[in-house]
Amino acid sequence: MTKNQQSTRTLIRGALSLLVTAALYEAVARSGWFPAVLLPTIPTIVEALIASLRDGTMIWHAAYTLYRVMFGFALAIVVGLPLGILMARHQRVEHFFLPLISALMPIPSFALVPLFMLWFGIGNVTTILIVFYAATFPMAFNTWSGVRSVNPLWLRAAGAMGADENSLFWKVIIPGASPFIITGMRQAFLRAWIGVVGAEMIAASDWGLGWVIFDAKEFLNADVMLAALVVIGFIGFAFERLVFGTLERRTVQRWGMVRVAKG
Amino acid sequence: MQPIAIRDVSLNYDTPGGKVQGVTNVSIDIDASEFVCIVGPSGCGKSTLLNIIAGFLTPATGQISIGGKPVTGHGMDRGVVFQDFAQLFPWRTALGNVSFGLEMKGVANPERDRIAREQLRLVKLEKFTNSFPHHLSGGMQQRVAIARALAYNPSVLLMDEPFAALDAMTRDDMQRLLADVWKETRKTVIYVTHNVAEAVYLADRVVVMSAHPGTVKTVMKIDLPRPRDPLSVEFLDCQKQLMAHLGHNTNGVAH
Repeated sequence: MTKNQQSTRTLIRGALSLLVTAALYEAVARSGWFPAVLLPTIPTIVEALIASLRDGTMIWHAAYTLYRVMFGFALAIVVGLPLGILMARHQRVEHFFLPLISALMPIPSFALVPLFMLWFGIGNVTTILIVFYAATFPMAFNTWSGVRSVNPLWLRAAGAMGADENSLFWKVIIPGASPFIITGMRQAFLRAWIGVVGAEMIAASDWGLGWVIFDAKEFLNADVMLAALVVIGFIGFAFERLVFGTLERRTVQRWGMVRVAKG
Repeated sequence: MQPIAIRDVSLNYDTPGGKVQGVTNVSIDIDASEFVCIVGPSGCGKSTLLNIIAGFLTPATGQISIGGKPVTGHGMDRGVVFQDFAQLFPWRTALGNVSFGLEMKGVANPERDRIAREQLRLVKLEKFTNSFPHHLSGGMQQRVAIARALAYNPSVLLMDEPFAALDAMTRDDMQRLLADVWKETRKTVIYVTHNVAEAVYLADRVVVMSAHPGTVKTVMKIDLPRPRDPLSVEFLDCQKQLMAHLGHNTNGVAH
């Protein structure tokens, strides 16, 4: 089987599972067991989605959410990546931060939203900080694991070839830990994406996909809620597959540091 | 190319990196451009000795000098090749791996590229300059490792059982290739192995070590013309002698 055929098959398989699920949903929606307002049919949802895309509101909502998520995610990388590396390289830093991370990581970011609202009010600051909180720990944690798993033979070989601390860091440790770093970014983004929608529900006003859902509740607009969910799912999926999938294919997969599952 | 003097080197402590197979009072003098093999049973400390010469371990007593300069830590006068294929950087191509030492040395392109390509040609991998290590066979990866260790032009090449994990046929090819590379570059080589035939094929002199304590038992000169024929009577004779030194039954089969 050629690569092209293979990817076509993957696409068909993915489409099929989505279609079957959609058909089941449609059947339930049309069965009349639930009021149509609460469980709108797929054409109604699509209509709401198209309308909101046409007048641009959904695009603006998505843009706001993306802005918050990318801002917080970038902050998380800027803080989490060096923190993870420092933890793996210096025992004192590890001793200080590891218990802290272990204790803070399990707290759902959503649980912090009310507190952050008290401190920072409603709007971008709170939502971005929630994203930052959600994403930093998986980033630091995975980087820490990755640096610890760098093959000591690479360090030895590089040392024998005259590498100083700076070169060791940039040319051996970072690429050597890259499978974990990419996994960390994936997990961080996922948690950031989950976090931002939750935060926007109560800590954003007027704009954001989370806010759309929460606001639609007031007017019993289940179709708008579902349309926003579709957008949330689509963007999350696109990032996972396009951004992180591509990053992985171009780096660690190309280098043979992670293998593609067979069969 | 530099001579190496190893004087009364001992190391019998547990290092922070784990327990090391100890060496006791090891003294060896190695001429410039000489090929010396170190053989011995497991636990005789031959790898420990190599790691001390490489500067990865510090001896408790004694000292080592290369070209009259005492060894402290690792340095660019030595190139090191390990047994494990994983020594190559998977995120760099064959060329990128070979260039690493040159980069560290501050050699700029296109000079760096030219030298690295030249080294890959020396190990007959010029067609694989842009391949990543995971696309290369074990033998090819070890050849890249040799090219990488030679690229920044160290005077001494240290090799720790580099072909031990290869199949027998590839190993024979690699030994021939290494003999050619040595002939061309005239590096001083210290080569650790537990393979008697390999030692007789490659070495000018074989240092035989014994375990408990890890020390030099005897040194055997291999006076065979090169290139050597592993099937000649003289070659097999040398193997028998070496095995006798190692305390093997001479009717046994070389491993």
